[in-house]
Amino acid sequence: MTSLIATLDPGSRAATRGLSDIAIRNLFVIPTIVFLIIFNIFPLLYSLGYSFTDFRASTKDPANFIGLKNYMDLLSDPNIWSNFTITAQYVIVSVTGQVIVGFGLALLLNRSFPLKGLVTTLLLLPMMLSMAVVGLFWKLLYDPNFGIINYALGLGKFEWLANPKFALYAVALTDVWMWSPFVMLLSLAGLSAVPKHLYEAASIDRASRLYTFFRITLPLVAPILLIAIIFRTMEAFKTFDLAYVMTSQPTTEVVSIRLYKMAFQEWQTGKSCALAYIVLIMVLCITNVYVKYLNKAKER
Amino acid sequence: MAVVSSRGQRLSNRVAIAAILVITLVFLAPIYWIGSTAFKPRSLATTSPPTIVYQPEISPMVKLFTKRVQLKPNEKVDYDNAPWWERMIFDGGERISRTGKGAIQLSGYPDRFINSLIVAVTSTLLAVGMGTITAYGFSRFRVKGEADWLFFILSTRMLPPIVVAIPMFLMYRAAGLNDSHVGLILLYTAFNVSFAVWLMKGFIDEIPKEYEEAALVDGYTRLQAFWKIVLPEAATGIAATAVFCFITAWNEYAFALILTNKKAQTAPPFIPSQIGSGLPDWTVIAAGTVLFLLPVAIFTFLLRNHLLRGMSFGAIRK
Repeated sequence: MTSLIATLDPGSRAATRGLSDIAIRNLFVIPTIVFLIIFNIFPLLYSLGYSFTDFRASTKDPANFIGLKNYMDLLSDPNIWSNFTITAQYVIVSVTGQVIVGFGLALLLNRSFPLKGLVTTLLLLPMMLSMAVVGLFWKLLYDPNFGIINYALGLGKFEWLANPKFALYAVALTDVWMWSPFVMLLSLAGLSAVPKHLYEAASIDRASRLYTFFRITLPLVAPILLIAIIFRTMEAFKTFDLAYVMTSQPTTEVVSIRLYKMAFQEWQTGKSCALAYIVLIMVLCITNVYVKYLNKAKER
Repeated sequence: MAVVSSRGQRLSNRVAIAAILVITLVFLAPIYWIGSTAFKPRSLATTSPPTIVYQPEISPMVKLFTKRVQLKPNEKVDYDNAPWWERMIFDGGERISRTGKGAIQLSGYPDRFINSLIVAVTSTLLAVGMGTITAYGFSRFRVKGEADWLFFILSTRMLPPIVVAIPMFLMYRAAGLNDSHVGLILLYTAFNVSFAVWLMKGFIDEIPKEYEEAALVDGYTRLQAFWKIVLPEAATGIAATAVFCFITAWNEYAFALILTNKKAQTAPPFIPSQIGSGLPDWTVIAAGTVLFLLPVAIFTFLLRNHLLRGMSFGAIRK
């Protein structure tokens, strides 16, 4: 403890008055850490234990230790791999769509025009809404018989969500609607930080628009755009609400939905804990990359 | 952006602004559509082609809050003495169901809405309170392995909700916390506190240390300096963080779906469950959706200058 006092910043003269700085620091920091350990780490340890058992939460049978069987079963189950493939497909389609729409919107918005603030805020509205509720009302929009989308696009009675081939893309399209504004928001920040004199220099040199875009705009916005992409990738990988509310097609069964069904409909608690761990490790890897970029962005 | 000089650039600028207008309208169309459905008579909600122009009415809102039964053929109702809002229900071929004592029976919606309010407000207060003091601790004092702790705090937020929900369900079942407000509040607090720490740390880092040091010289204790100097300076940041936490808790679906079913159920799992079997009354669902989305829409406008910072966990500031 005494060595810690020495490392405290020298400006703290209050150490002798009232509570010491160390006491305050501990009082301010430790409860939150303990709280997070109780609500995050402890449950994960709990489920790690169950992941080696055949426990079913719907019965009173005790859990039997079965070693790595759950993990072996899962990793050799082609259905689980197809859940991961579906998730990957969803991530690629929705994140690509969001980047194209979001970055395109940012390029358009990056100029001054009347009511710019209002228009920007209105465009940001979708990402603030509840995903479950958005999924619900997009069902009304997608309805083959009376939906406004088929009417507006003149598609007749096209099936969006009940169509096994198309349902995943329909869900991804809703995701693009919701989250392109997020990419737009971050890209706008990147674009507005590009120094104006670079564009002036380019225009004096009579550089073409394309040249200016690829040699000045894109490289300077890239780091922030990358943060947006990583963040959206992570969220799309975890996706549950939209697909679960919108459709029950097997072709839209992303990993989170499989996990939910395994745990709370089939009550294979032990096995679902093992699958949760596989997902957890994947998410931690993505998070690690993400935090690295966050810190890099902060240093800039 | 380049200085607009040539005629060609001015023209392309106009084209861009026209494109923005069109895209904004397309983006808002889904929200407009659900809003307009919330004021349609039921017969016009699911027509083919969709009804765009109609006489708006308030009956979906009345239906949203009341339990109703279909009128039997030849069933007589006291139409003339009924209040105006009840007549709308009669016009729709239904009547409001009443208890034996004649009191109006409410639908499931108001309870869910109130549950959402209780859970979101309480968990926001807790998360912002804890988040602010923890952020202050990290910002002003040296903490061993600070970067690792902050990463740990952030990573708790990054887990897919279902992964955490499975053990949470078992633990809550053992502790008797399933379908309870307390259970959901604690979980949302844990979920939001990591966000609050990250965002508040950014805000507190921006307050010059010299302010407190001057106060300490003047004889304030550290706690007094925190209370009287830092907190007022951080007020905007605290408000923005609180609104973000509220919206997150308000919108949360997966935990609420798994950990609540009736008593403490919030609106997000309830609203989609109204579809159920048979022909759903989309006007009622739309009315419930509109009321539920309204607070978030208002908050988005209040937050507009902090959205970038909040959505990027404080990493990007303007």
